[in-house]
Amino acid sequence: MSNLGRYILFLGKLFTNRETFGTYVRLTLDECIYVGINSIVLVSIVSIFMGAVSTLQTAYNLLNPLIPDSVIGLVVRDLTILELAPTITAIIFAGKVGSSIAGNLGTMRITEQIDALEVMGINSVSYLVLPKIVATLFMYPFLVILAGSLAIAGGYLVAELTEVLSPANYFTGLKTEFNEFSVTFALIKSVVFGFLVSSISAFMGYYTKGGALEVGQSSTRAVTVSCIAILLSDFVLAQLLLVR
Amino acid sequence: MIEVKNLTKSFEDKTVLNDISATFEQGKTNLIIGASGSGKSVMLKNIVGLFKPDSGEILYNGRDFINANRDLKTEIRREIGMLFQGGALFDSMNVEQNVKFPLDVLTTMPEDEKLDRVNTVLKRVKLENTNKRMPSEISGGMQKRVGIARAIVNSSKYLFCDEPNSGLDPQTSIKIDQLLAEITDEYQITTVVVTHDMNSVMEIGEYIVFIGNTKKLWEGNSDDIMHSGVQELDDFVFANKMMRKFRSLS
Repeated sequence: MSNLGRYILFLGKLFTNRETFGTYVRLTLDECIYVGINSIVLVSIVSIFMGAVSTLQTAYNLLNPLIPDSVIGLVVRDLTILELAPTITAIIFAGKVGSSIAGNLGTMRITEQIDALEVMGINSVSYLVLPKIVATLFMYPFLVILAGSLAIAGGYLVAELTEVLSPANYFTGLKTEFNEFSVTFALIKSVVFGFLVSSISAFMGYYTKGGALEVGQSSTRAVTVSCIAILLSDFVLAQLLLVR
Repeated sequence: MIEVKNLTKSFEDKTVLNDISATFEQGKTNLIIGASGSGKSVMLKNIVGLFKPDSGEILYNGRDFINANRDLKTEIRREIGMLFQGGALFDSMNVEQNVKFPLDVLTTMPEDEKLDRVNTVLKRVKLENTNKRMPSEISGGMQKRVGIARAIVNSSKYLFCDEPNSGLDPQTSIKIDQLLAEITDEYQITTVVVTHDMNSVMEIGEYIVFIGNTKKLWEGNSDDIMHSGVQELDDFVFANKMMRKFRSLS
């Protein structure tokens, strides 16, 4: 509970004693490249395979001849938009970006770089963490859109390259009973997950104590806590927004 | 001038500093000395505001730093330059960007003026032509000099150094000490150096505070330190063979 309290106070510090707007714009753009652009390759590879494997496994489980092949496309679409794109990508994102944020801030802490900022009269939380959170809030939804699109494209590749279903059936499934709210729901989740990963990882890194060993531990803890927070919030959001 | 009055600091049940007072004057190289773990770095961190004292006062030219409101605290902090033990240079920035950083964040100076100022201070610390090198590409001594340049680039009124000679060879240490003394005199700043290096004490100590057993045990200058009559200080000063030999000769 004390850590939760410290986390809330930490978030409060983001908005006190800030630097100029221009400083944040520059830092946020740098972070956008770091957290967003540099994650595109990994997210793309994972997403294509995620979509392809989902298609194969769904086909493998739908053996009943009374169920049309187009259902595979429908299942892959809903699975991707509702869960795989926002949630699985968030867990990968926590592993890549979250550990990096924690490691970066932890190293800055133990090498007194954060103290150097504080001595200069700069609010180090606001200066170092706010741009990372804003960049993540901005970039992660784009990564989710990319992940969703590529996962569905991965399913199409399976339809094109194997004989489990035809591309026409796959497209029919994609278009059947499409609920636009699924996309809204995925984007809401992406904003929440992006915030959780960046803020929790920054919190873990910022309060690192000790040396190199503790920096590694902070990174590991950042990923673990972020993943738990993602899964918990995933459940809460589904309960709040999907269950009627 | 910085006045420290009755400074007390504890961590949980352990008292590290107990009722310590000292006055660090402008234009002088002031030293806080003591054995490892004596609390000298904690004292420095209290003075610069990285730790909050349990009780006592810290006055920067009469301005109460501990009880200052946020604006005054920020104003005072922006008059402070600090050299950290490991240099604390920003890894992602080159030498020029590191030194320019306080000007970028704390001032509205035009870019060419900033670069002029950066080149002036880099020249002052004898680091011309290193602007584009990364901290990982320069030696420990050079990193310390970049740290000094960053600390003074914004015309700081107060310069704090936490063990500026740690990890440096004796010759480089003396160069850093001399540089600190020269800068203090040249810019008439209040310099406070935390050290346990006796060479530094003899080289630049104009006002020295000795801390031990959580208290201030002695204060004076480098001329008086040999004859303090304080056992703990004698143990500290004459810990090495060379100093003991020097004492027997004198």
